[in-house]
Formats: sequence, C-alpha cells, structure tokens
Amino acid sequence: MDFATLLQVLDSTVRLATPLLLACLAGLYSERAGIFDIGLEGKMLAAAFFSAAIAAITGDVWMGLGAGILASLALSVLHGLASITFRGNQLISGVAINFLAAGLTVLIAQDWFSQGGRTSSLIGEGRFEGITLPGVEAVAGIPLIGPIYGELISGHSILVYVAFAMVPLTWWLLYRTRFGLRLRAVGEAPEAVDTAGISVVGLRYIAVGICGVLCGIAGAYLATALQAGFVKDMTAGRGFIALAALIFAKWRPWYALYACLLFGLLQAVALRYQNIDLGAFVVPVQFMDALPYILTVVILAGFVGKAIPPRAGGEPYVKER
Amino acid sequence: MDKMPGWADAVLVPLISLLLAAILSALVIIGIGEDPIAAFKLMVDGALMRSSGWGYTLYYATNFIFTGLAVAVAFHARLFNIGGEGQAMIGGLGVALACLYIPWPNWYVALVGATVSAAIFGALWALIPAYLQAKRGSHIVITTIMFNFIAAALLNYVLVNLLRPQGAMDPATARFPEATQLPTFQDMFSTAETAMFRGAPANVTFFLAIAMCLVVWLLIWRTKLGYEIRAFGQSESAAKYAGISPVKITVVAMLISGGLAGMMALNTTMGEAERLVMNATEGAGFIGIAVALMGRSHPLGVLLAALLFGFLYQGGAELALWTNIPRELIVVIQALVILFTGALDNMVRMPLEKLFLASRRKA
Repeated sequence: MDFATLLQVLDSTVRLATPLLLACLAGLYSERAGIFDIGLEGKMLAAAFFSAAIAAITGDVWMGLGAGILASLALSVLHGLASITFRGNQLISGVAINFLAAGLTVLIAQDWFSQGGRTSSLIGEGRFEGITLPGVEAVAGIPLIGPIYGELISGHSILVYVAFAMVPLTWWLLYRTRFGLRLRAVGEAPEAVDTAGISVVGLRYIAVGICGVLCGIAGAYLATALQAGFVKDMTAGRGFIALAALIFAKWRPWYALYACLLFGLLQAVALRYQNIDLGAFVVPVQFMDALPYILTVVILAGFVGKAIPPRAGGEPYVKER
Repeated sequence: MDKMPGWADAVLVPLISLLLAAILSALVIIGIGEDPIAAFKLMVDGALMRSSGWGYTLYYATNFIFTGLAVAVAFHARLFNIGGEGQAMIGGLGVALACLYIPWPNWYVALVGATVSAAIFGALWALIPAYLQAKRGSHIVITTIMFNFIAAALLNYVLVNLLRPQGAMDPATARFPEATQLPTFQDMFSTAETAMFRGAPANVTFFLAIAMCLVVWLLIWRTKLGYEIRAFGQSESAAKYAGISPVKITVVAMLISGGLAGMMALNTTMGEAERLVMNATEGAGFIGIAVALMGRSHPLGVLLAALLFGFLYQGGAELALWTNIPRELIVVIQALVILFTGALDNMVRMPLEKLFLASRRKA
C-alpha cells in the first residue's frame, strides 16, 4: 500500500469517524448523568431526515442543521419524559425511539417527497462543503507534511472540526467545571447531589438535552455532508457502533475519540477493500463489519480491562421521604 | 394492599396504552393527508374479511408468538433480551442445516428435527450474552444488541460464501428438499369445492406456536424452574437466600428465550420461503418486545398481542398496496405501543391508581 492510498483510507476514516464521535459524545453526556440511551440511532436518523428535508426545501444547509437538531431534541425530551419524569424503563424507551424514528422518517419522506422514503438530492448551498484550511498552498510543496495537511486535515466540512473540537471541550466541561462534577455525580450517586440541594431531574434533563443536540449534529452530518440527502435507514447501525465505542472508551471523552477513530478505520477499510487477503487466509468483509461489536463484547466481558458503567445508570431516581 | 385490582393491571392498563397508541397513529395518518377511518376499514378488510387475509395475519402472528414468548420468558427473570432478532437469524441457520443435510422421510419428522435444531442454534446464540451477564456482569441488553449485528454479519458470510448454490446470485441457500415442505393452511383446510387460505403462507407452525404458549405457561407457573425464574425476577437477593443460583437462572432463562426466538425461523424459513434467505426474520425479533410488553409477559396476553400485530402487519401491507401510506406506518404503531406499554407505563398507571384509591376511599 503506497502513501497516497494510506492517506485516502485515513481521510475516509476521519469522515466516517465523525458521526460516530458526535453520537458517542452524545451518549457520554447522557450516560454519565445516569440515563442509558440506546436511542442514539433513532435520534441520528430523525436528525438526518429533517436536516436533509429542510435543506432540500429551503436550499439552506444551516436551516437543515437547525431542523435536525430540533428533531433530535424532541426525541430527547420524549426519552427524558419516559425515563426521568415517569421513571420508566430507559432501555425500552430507547428501543421505542429507534422504531419511532425509523417509521416516521420514511412516512414523512414519502408524504413530502414521494420518492420511496428518500429526500431529493441536495445540491449547492443545501450541503456542507469541505473547507480549505489556511496555508494549504504554502505547505503543499513540503513532502509528507504537505499532503497530510492538505488532504487529511484540511478539506473537511465544518461539522468534522466541530466534532473533533467537542472532545477537549467535553473533557474540560466534565472534569474542570462545577457543572461537569455535578453531571458526573448525578450518574454515580444522585442522592448525594440531591442532598446538596441540586436538582437531579434538572441536571438529567440538561444532559439528555446535550445528547439530543449532539445526535442532531451527527445526523445532519450524515445527510448533508457525508452524503447528499436522506435515504431510508441511512444511519445503518451507527448509533449502536457509537454506543459500542462509548463502552470501549469506558465513558471517557479522549478514549471516545480513539475508539471512534478505530471503528471509523474499520469502516473505511471494509469500504475500500472487500476481502483482505493476508496470504495465509482471507479476512472476509463481514468480519470487518462485525469487529466493532465483537471488540465491545470482549471489553464488556472484562477480559481486557473492565468497563464499568456509571453506578446509577439506568435507575430512575426516587427522592427519599 | 394493592393499589389496583389485578384485572385493571392486566387488562385496563394495556388497553388504555393501546388506545393512546391508536389515537396517535390516527393523528399520524391525518398528518400525511389520509383518512384514518378509511385506512382502518381497509386494514380490517384486507386482514380479516377473507380467509387468505387471515392466512397472512396468522402467518405473521406465528412469528410474533415465538419472539413474544422469547422476550416474555426473559422478562420473568428480569432480563431484557433484545437479541431475539439475532437468535432467530441463527435459528434459521439451524433450520436450514437440518433441512438441507439430513435426509428426512416426511414433513412431520423433519419438523421435529428442524425445531430441535432451530431451538438449539437460537439458544446457543443467547448463551454467550447470558454467561457474560451471569458471570461477569456485562449488561445483557448491550451484549444482545451487539450479538444481533454479529449474527447478521455471520449469516451474511455463511450465505454468501458457504451455503449459496453454485452460480446463484442472491445470498440464499438452495431450496429445501420436497420432504421437508410443511403443509400450509391451504393444504389443510381446503375442500374439493372451496379453496381456503388461497396462497397464504400460514402453515402448521402456527399450531406449534400455540402449543409453545401452553408450554411456556406450564413452565412459568407450574414448575419449580418457573417458580425460580419468577422469584429471581422479583428479587435477586431473596432468590439467593432461598438457595436459587442467579447464574443458573440467568443462563437457563436466556437459553429458553433464545430457543423460542430461534424457533420463529421455522415459520419463515421452513414454512414459507423453503430456503434460508438473508432477511428471514423480517424484524420479528424486535416486534417480540412490543408483543411481550403488551401481553404483560403472559402467554395468553402474548398470543392476543401477536394476533393484533399480525393483523397490523397484514393490514399495513394492504394499506401500502392501495393507498399512499407506506408499510412503515406499522413501525410507528409498534414504536408507540412499546412506548406506552413499556416506557411510559407509569404515565398511564399513576392516574389510574389514583382513581382506584379515590373510589375505594369513598366506598
């Protein structure tokens, strides 16, 4: 494999890792606050549809992004209602949200566009285009650095940079601010947070809200940057891979970045090479597809470093009387 | 003292949840510019007014009975088996291998053999998540989700690379031999004069599904193992004090659950397609969640809920055929049912409990 091919694979790794990273960080906020969220997939899907639909109708991708975030937020509120206010089962609520998004997006797409559950293709202002970072031309002549900067780092859409910037921001917010401390505490020992006079319900709603916004950006990225328009079930399990990455990262932001890049690389390799011939045996493409899930099970099994979820995760909080 | 009488908990709460789901679905239909009452009439017409419609309704219901029972058994042990889809896929592999590689003399021997094979394959696919939950505390919901994806990849590999007949393009096995083909309702109930259930895929596995309802009822409420499963589901610590092994119950409950999910593949693979195709499960593994929630994890409730979803599926297909409403409407209804009977259960229950308390105080 030559250098140019390597660059191409890494470049597509970055593109494919971006939605995973956004969704993974979304899940991180929610689960660190003690709300399990297996509805990442559904929220992304809803955001993908509404961002593509509104971008197609208005011709303005930023309107699309806003609509996607709102759609995802609406589902987040539903998840909050079910799991925080009515103390329902968070996992079942997540399952319901996934199906709700899968069904409603196609239903509305058929009604609005009559193209068999897809939106019309986005062109021009309706899409996020790649932006060229300053200085690409200046370093273009330098070997190694020139192509790496020009192709790998520069030329992505704005949302890619947003996603990567979210990693240090999330780290700072969680570990260096009062809000972050409270957020983490509410996922570990909500009774302690409550005793300190801080609203458990309020904090959890904020966390679920942040999760909704990030899932919204992830979905909008899928439909308006990675691809040009919405197609039925376009998230294709990415929400679950993000969930897997979250567990793989043991609910920590920097590790989330590494996990998403790893899973993005797996997707990029599987996309480029169907079956990988290693001489002695051939690695089938299906194995590459399944690898993120297999790795997650191995991590969950605790054979390679145990993944321990936030202690109060999944438990509705009931105030003591 | 209970806040609500048992009948209200078992019947009233699911019914109100269903009503809420129906109202919201009607609003969705209005939202896309169609008439919900006309749509409902069309669904009833297509699913229940003709014997061939019933043939489809009962065919879908058969799938949902199996997967609903699978989720229900796990629920009794307070385990959320979201992996029915994957277990059913692997169960389908079990059916295909049994049908293709064992020379069966006739269909009923083949059905017994394929049932055992499907159940074993499905159960084994549930074994690893069960073991990891029991021994290492890995969350079973996450592991079973992951196993759904792994199952899909595995099945894809097996169909494309190993079981696909030479020269065939689509990833599917060869057609099963003649001797393994199950009698359909058309074969069973048609007389010389009148053809019943013409062309419908409902087949003898429906009766197997009904039998499994009875078996699960006996297991859960009439055996020691069932008692242990329920005790474990009610309170793990109490069960431990009573000498019930959490590891054993978790593993056994998941094996039964996986086995039931695997048996679902009999209906689609052996009964209908007569070969194993990629999407043999048709999402039934997930509908099992809605069915089990609505049926309150009771076999009778599961049966009724499965019939309802069978009706919705067949009715939804009719809608897609005759109107501008795509089949995905059923996915929305399914989501709403899961939402109201599962996640927003308290929203329905709390006001009802208050109502009953108030009426009791008066009396």
